[in-house]
Amino acid sequence: MHELSLSSAIVNTVAKHADGRRVTVVNLRVGRLRQVVPDTLEFYFEFVARDTVCEGARLKQEVIEPRLRCNPCGREWEIEVPAFRCPTCRGSDFEIACGDEFEVESIEVEEAECIARR
Amino acid sequence: MHRTKVTVVEEALDANNTIATANRADFDRDGVKVVNFMSAPGAGKTTLLERVVGELPGVRVGVLEGDVQGSLDADRLASLHVPVTQLNTDPSFGGECHLDANMVRSAIPSLPLDQIDLLIVENVGNLVCPAEFRIGEDARVMVCAVTEGEDKPLKYPLMFRTCELVLVNKIDLLPHLEFDLDRLLYNIDQVHPDVETILLSGRTGEGVGAWREWLSGIATREEAIA
Repeated sequence: MHELSLSSAIVNTVAKHADGRRVTVVNLRVGRLRQVVPDTLEFYFEFVARDTVCEGARLKQEVIEPRLRCNPCGREWEIEVPAFRCPTCRGSDFEIACGDEFEVESIEVEEAECIARR
Repeated sequence: MHRTKVTVVEEALDANNTIATANRADFDRDGVKVVNFMSAPGAGKTTLLERVVGELPGVRVGVLEGDVQGSLDADRLASLHVPVTQLNTDPSFGGECHLDANMVRSAIPSLPLDQIDLLIVENVGNLVCPAEFRIGEDARVMVCAVTEGEDKPLKYPLMFRTCELVLVNKIDLLPHLEFDLDRLLYNIDQVHPDVETILLSGRTGEGVGAWREWLSGIATREEAIA
């Protein structure tokens, strides 16, 4: 249910970059570790986008699978369930290489044509 | 009319994080350490605060109480003679299910920051949304009651992963439950390896001493964890 607040965050971020132009597509990168439900996010986004530059825009979500890196032993591995100990050394000192994103990657906007007149 | 692609590459929650940083600066100015205290509804947050807030020697405690509606929890804590500030989240879409940095920011003017050393922010009961929003805290603590089941860390990994202390509450009920405590501790360790845990009971007071000591340690901690 955090998808409602996350939708508002997307719309605010996009509005900053849209510069008043109408937005047709929002490309979002979502790491699986963020526990976002894509359908729910889409539903709320459509709702929150009303009366903003994002109204009617399509939200494209690229899901990023989590990848971790063990600091002591250097092992890199992907996780499918939330189990974060290093499979090689059983250590707990790791970094998240990817899978933690919630990032507006790009947007597509409509530009009015400039008609040059003499 | 033609279409243009605009590269953005911006964390969508940057706005929240920026406000959280501003909150943190305000807290730091008065030397106040802040704990973001979270759990599912009914895990025992308020009881565990009642057990400790008036009994931290040399540490002046304040509480910011986040609730969707009402001031029942704030009233309970105010009777312990610590400053309690109520923050209700209901004015928006039927009540936000968490506190975000901006809501906490709005409460800062009414917090007695110059009169306290430690601010405990009791977040709205919820294991999902509060995990996502930083509020400018030094530390995040969560309560997990043994009545919730052993699988909760696996179902709400983000919450367990972002807390540096997990209080396992209601252990006085263990004889009455079919509950595998080792399984819970194993699952917590899977999701957040080596995270600190304290087993306690808000009802009997067992283990509460360790919780009190942990809070005293935070209040005097030099290097804050972002």
